[in-house]
Amino acid sequence: MSNQKTYEAIVMGTSAGGLSALKKMLPGFPADFPCPVLVVQHISPQSDSYLIKMLDELCPMKVKEAVDTEQIESGTIYFAPPDYHLLVETDRSMSLTVDEKVNYSRPSIDVLFETAAEAYGENLIGIILTGANADGAVGLLKIKNYGGYTMVQDPNDAENAVMPEKAMRMVLPDQVLTIDEMVPFLLKMNYHASEKESPDQVDQGKNSKKDNSDPG
Amino acid sequence: MVSDNETQDRIVNLELELLLQAIQQQYDYDFREYSRAHVKRRVLHYLNANGIPHISELQHRLLTDEQCFRKLLKELSINVTEMFRNPSFYKTIREKVVGLLKTYPFLKIWHAGCATGEEVYSFAILLKEEGLYDRTQIYATDFNGDVIKKAKTGSFSIRNIRDYTSNYQQSGGKESFSDYYHATDNRVLFDKSLSKNIVFAEHNLVSDGVFSEVNMVISRNVLIYFNRELQNRVLNLMDRSLVTGGFLGLGSKETIMFSDIAAKYKAVDSKERIFKKIHV
Ligand SMILES: C[S@@+](CC[C@H](N)C(=O)[O-])C[C@H]1O[C@@H](n2cnc3c(N)ncnc32)[C@H](O)[C@@H]1O
Repeated sequence: MSNQKTYEAIVMGTSAGGLSALKKMLPGFPADFPCPVLVVQHISPQSDSYLIKMLDELCPMKVKEAVDTEQIESGTIYFAPPDYHLLVETDRSMSLTVDEKVNYSRPSIDVLFETAAEAYGENLIGIILTGANADGAVGLLKIKNYGGYTMVQDPNDAENAVMPEKAMRMVLPDQVLTIDEMVPFLLKMNYHASEKESPDQVDQGKNSKKDNSDPG
Repeated sequence: MVSDNETQDRIVNLELELLLQAIQQQYDYDFREYSRAHVKRRVLHYLNANGIPHISELQHRLLTDEQCFRKLLKELSINVTEMFRNPSFYKTIREKVVGLLKTYPFLKIWHAGCATGEEVYSFAILLKEEGLYDRTQIYATDFNGDVIKKAKTGSFSIRNIRDYTSNYQQSGGKESFSDYYHATDNRVLFDKSLSKNIVFAEHNLVSDGVFSEVNMVISRNVLIYFNRELQNRVLNLMDRSLVTGGFLGLGSKETIMFSDIAAKYKAVDSKERIFKKIHV
């Protein structure tokens, strides 16, 4: 990887098949992972916070629902709440809205990706995972145009290939990877950037969320 | 590396700032402390939809043509709403608030940011079923005069009635929902007995004053459009309008936690964002 940039945030989008993909992927991030991760998953407006609680148990990083006007912090994975769009402000705080659906979706991946691209510019990583519609493709293109890094789940590896394929039709992604390859790649990429931290120190994160955290 | 996109972005952001300033000076609507990412999306969407090349071009048109401003106002005021949106909110009001409201001989309720009125008619139905309607004066306000006009008619598209009926039932509704409206081809008209105690009026939360001695303020999914400072100011306005012992009902992702009125309130139901004012 010739890329020596420091990334400041990761945004991810997924719909159908997203839950099992996220369950596989998110626990791989160590507690001291240097970037915040913002996720839009298409879910029913009525869904409760069960998913977040479950993922928080599974993940060394803190997992929570995005809160309006709150500042984005590293070490945290944020989920857009059901039935709200999640936007990133240029001061790196979050906003929620109930604007009309975009691509039949609220939350919409495009809304998160486009606003994040404006806030983080070239220091952003955008990832499209398994899903059944075209949401996220336009947003991923914007991330690319702003100099950010783009990744798409290998359609052959995805439970539902439509979303990755739509994204790849719009953007030539920097990487196409399987779910299992994603986190190791991201770790290398992000710990490579800052000299003092190396991937082998990852497991000893001092501010580890849980004493017995086992990123496995 | 400063990309073209960054330069471009800097210019757009500057033009946007100037546009909001121009709107404020010419029309007295102040969007400068709204969520900027949101406002930017809407303005750029408006440019796109109307084939206007630059924000500064839009600015010129707005300043010289009030109609153009009205159209942008529509774009910026997100009038998305539903009847009995989040049914559990209404259910909790029935279970935890109505009993206390019944102790007052006369009530004032203020819906701030009521859009086309669906929330207000929903609440009117609740009040009627709980035997409170006849002692209640309802103020329903929004800063967009066009939606207030629609709200006054009490007429809504029939398209959503099935969803609304289901919402109503989940909200603890006691009657048959269809008893409250009269259906024609593609619209439903709500009964006049629901609107007789409602005053619909234009009111801007950013620049207009307080309402006096209100027992309950309901403002759902309005504050989320403001930045934290503006949320704080508007919550203070609501606080000054509320009697001690009064209630504040917010949208499911809105909170008083970050504001300086927080200490005066206790949560009646923190999940449903219903608060009670316990100190002056
Ligand atoms: C998303 S709607 C919410 C409608 C309804 N309360 C609900 O929850 O279904 C937000 C409303 O707030 C209104 N609004 C925005 N800024 C306002 C302001 N400064 N003063 C009064 N109303 C405002 C908009 O015109 C819009 O109708």
